[in-house]
Amino acid sequence: MNDFPWLTLLNAAPLVGALVVGFAPPTLTKLAAVGFSLLTLALGIAVALQFDLDSGGMQLEEQHTWIEAFGVHYALGVDGLGLLMVLLTAVLVPIVLVAGWFDSDDGNTRAFFAWALALEGLSLAVFCATDVFLFYVVFEATLIPAYFLIGGFGRAGRGAAAVKFLMFQLAGGLILLGAVIGLYVVSAQQGKPSYLLSDLTELDISTDAGRWLFAGFFIAFAIKAPLFPVHTWLADTTEKATPGVSVLLVCVLDKIGTFGMLRFCLGIFPEASKWATPLVMVLALISIVYGALVAIGQDDVLRLIGLTSLSHFGFITVGVFAMSSQGGSGAILYMVNHGLGTAALFLLAGYLVRRRGTTLISQMGGLEKVTPVLAGLFLVAGLATLGLPGLSPFVSEFLVLLSAFDYAWYVGAVAVTGIVLAAIYVLWMYQRVFTGPGVPELDGTPDLDRREIGAVAPLLLALVLFGFYPMPLLDVANPTVKNLMSHVGVTDQEPDVPADSVPDHAATEEGGDH
Amino acid sequence: MEFVKPTLQYFELAPMLIVFGAACLGVVVEGFLPRARRHVVQVVVAGLGLLAALGFTIWVATDLTSRASGAARGRLAASGTLVIDGPTVYLWGLVLVFAAAGVALFAERRLEGGVSAFAGQAAALPGTEAERQASTRGLDHTEVYPLLMFAVGGMMLFPAANDLLTMFVALEVLSLPLYLLCGLARRRRLLSQEAALKYFLLGAFSSGFFLYGVALIYGFAGSMQLAEINEAVRNDVGNESLLLIGMGMLAVGLLFKVGAVPFHAWTPDVYQGAPTAVTAFMAACTKVAAFGALLRLFYVGFGSDRWTWQPMMWVIAILTMLVGAVLAIVQTDVKRMLAYSAISHTGFLLTGVLGAQASGELADGQVTSLQAVLFYLTTYGFATVGAFAVVTLVRDSGGEATTFPRWAGLGRRSPWVAGAFAFFLLSMAGIPLTAGFVGKWAVFTVAMSAGAWPVVAVAIVASIVAVYFYIRHIRLMFFSEPEGEVAAVTSASPLTTVTVAVCAVATLVLGVVPGPVLDLVTNAGDFIR
Repeated sequence: MNDFPWLTLLNAAPLVGALVVGFAPPTLTKLAAVGFSLLTLALGIAVALQFDLDSGGMQLEEQHTWIEAFGVHYALGVDGLGLLMVLLTAVLVPIVLVAGWFDSDDGNTRAFFAWALALEGLSLAVFCATDVFLFYVVFEATLIPAYFLIGGFGRAGRGAAAVKFLMFQLAGGLILLGAVIGLYVVSAQQGKPSYLLSDLTELDISTDAGRWLFAGFFIAFAIKAPLFPVHTWLADTTEKATPGVSVLLVCVLDKIGTFGMLRFCLGIFPEASKWATPLVMVLALISIVYGALVAIGQDDVLRLIGLTSLSHFGFITVGVFAMSSQGGSGAILYMVNHGLGTAALFLLAGYLVRRRGTTLISQMGGLEKVTPVLAGLFLVAGLATLGLPGLSPFVSEFLVLLSAFDYAWYVGAVAVTGIVLAAIYVLWMYQRVFTGPGVPELDGTPDLDRREIGAVAPLLLALVLFGFYPMPLLDVANPTVKNLMSHVGVTDQEPDVPADSVPDHAATEEGGDH
Repeated sequence: MEFVKPTLQYFELAPMLIVFGAACLGVVVEGFLPRARRHVVQVVVAGLGLLAALGFTIWVATDLTSRASGAARGRLAASGTLVIDGPTVYLWGLVLVFAAAGVALFAERRLEGGVSAFAGQAAALPGTEAERQASTRGLDHTEVYPLLMFAVGGMMLFPAANDLLTMFVALEVLSLPLYLLCGLARRRRLLSQEAALKYFLLGAFSSGFFLYGVALIYGFAGSMQLAEINEAVRNDVGNESLLLIGMGMLAVGLLFKVGAVPFHAWTPDVYQGAPTAVTAFMAACTKVAAFGALLRLFYVGFGSDRWTWQPMMWVIAILTMLVGAVLAIVQTDVKRMLAYSAISHTGFLLTGVLGAQASGELADGQVTSLQAVLFYLTTYGFATVGAFAVVTLVRDSGGEATTFPRWAGLGRRSPWVAGAFAFFLLSMAGIPLTAGFVGKWAVFTVAMSAGAWPVVAVAIVASIVAVYFYIRHIRLMFFSEPEGEVAAVTSASPLTTVTVAVCAVATLVLGVVPGPVLDLVTNAGDFIR
């Protein structure tokens, strides 16, 4: 059973689905697409069931020589981090397809569903790739479906937004290409060139080379994530694209940035990562505060939600580069929770925009009484985003802040302001959009129908579930983080109080690792 | 001095002899067959000639003797004036494949309503009664096929030349028919003739440079043979300044042919003015042949003096990439955009050329610069032929519609053709899963490994710039609303359709499974001295 190519199957299912949808009769398009995305989800669950929680290394590995001359392998595998990202992707895509059922009706419906599935397949491959070259190939290839999804569907001005998106991403990608080539040269100097992650982590990279290569990788991932100051594509893209596409971009594709920081920056260049930490922390803190401040000032609801992600990715980066097990686990958890919470917020905002016919917050208001379900769900998603205890983002935010304070008190102090600002942008947005005197012409506005509720319900349930019981996620993430931390060569600081007297269960979990 | 009768290796030279034979046969056909039957016969003669030559090329390739303990394969031929080695045979194969695509595009007659894309009567002045008559009588120049075959013969001779004089002869043999072909467009004839004249004048100049360089190098080394020149360079005999000036002048001649900055000025005008089928053929094949000769000259002839010419290549590669990419942005004509993109690709190829390293400096199994350049030429050739073939399809009432506004919204009217064009553009931009990416990776790698990281850094910047105009064109085709008169895709005969399809499939396959072709270039081995 172990030799069964589960991951290949997982990656191939949506890609085959994309082809089938592309050529299927138009009446079957949507059903076939959802069918394939559910099949992918089932495969993702099958992968998760075979995953051995106790081992921190790569599992379900597959490896075949791909391009021998370049030392390139078709190599797949998942660790805890990869598995969580795979599951997040597999869960979000069917939800997005159902939620965006009518979003593409005025364009080429078939293309929308086919490109979405193609994007899913390539993203899954990104999270599974254990060969840097393969990773790079699929990393770049995801941009093509994303480009056509942004450019083909959404609001006026989307063509320019798509070009801006692609230019930023490809610029980052080409810088990454330089670093990937550098890795090949370094690897060739030390014997036979190879791109396998397992070979590269063993590589003895000189300090200078390591720092240059790290810079290449980090810039690419910072554009992807995005971090200040290379975030400017984010708001434009989320403003013009349909909410469903924004979910795919922000909740799936952007995760590649922070995923790459954990796996490649820390994994291959531990020395350079530690060297760069101060600068990265500064950028991350700027992202947290600046993203939140700019979000407060937005009048476009989709733009606002896009910019909140800038703030969130700042948190994740702080967690990654705090170089402690709380930070690492917190960052991974944050990636999942941000995926769930922001997806819910985007989709609900999409429902809202469909009903109001505008995205401008200043022209909304007074919907609460007419559409109480929409308003209620929107509030829950918003509260999750601002990190209310009892909802899952709280746990991850707490862990990240813990690690930030561990790293330096002033880093933690600045990061905490992000939470305060989050409360402002979420609650103020809710107030302006939903509360206020009822408007007579809104009276007939329908509340959410069953399809719409069905699409976001799993997200909200997960937010509540993991808010009270985050252990499943932590169980998956912790072994990976432990491995990574020992590879980077850091040990957690001894807590000042004995581990067993700390009430927080996450900290208890870490307590045994010292 | 005793005259020794040269022995010719007929088997190894067969592909070239077949091509020249078919060209001569084409001339005979032109003279003796009635006009009505010429077209079909010429196409058959040229096509069969190329296929037979390709078959023989493959046969020769499997039969090359291994030398230098497997590092190289092949032999000298024709008393040492030619080398038939792995790289030569590989380049022959490339030239023949792209030339076959060229013949297919030449033979396309459905697009113009039953006549070819070439002038009805080239001697008739544009806008005169004679031209109108030639057009109404449906006249056709079928001489283009023998011209193409002669050019192909020159292109095969060029990378095989082992001495400077043969190289010069090959240069002229390939250039003269191309000058003519450029001036034979059926529509926009003044533009076409202007292109031909420009190409001819500048080409003649560059040939002059080349010839002068030959003379100076002969003065330095006392020989035309590349191996002996190499020996002289290594032993540092003779006058150093003769060598340097001669090397520079040879470089001018060759860099002109590949269209490197600052010798690129002809490229956009000629690519735009020439009939698009000729542009497709010329853009791919000339580059293949000229890079073959450039590689042989610098790797074999001046191989022991890398430190002299590598800095020059650095500067030229950097200039070429930047100028090509930046000027492509401001173009408003598809053919000119592709021409500037061709210039920037020349820069990328030069990045590979300057990545030359001695075999001892490379790890076991590491990609060599020769392999990288050969592979890049393959990927670039397919994308270019495919892209220009698509350009022949997109037409309005005035013939091919090459200005940007005409292409707006093409993706919605003809998704397949626009999709193919977008795919070729993505390959040129070097997006993964297309052939262009693997080629780009290869040339950047060899340059980086040779320590030319500044060139690679510029190459990455140039790639980012280049991505912009490719993406912008894709946006124009798929997301822009058409305004005014727009172009439509004319249905073509299988000749063009199959060419586009083959190029697209090759671009995809080389991007996803480049292994077999990389093995092929690896097996080709090194140049033989």
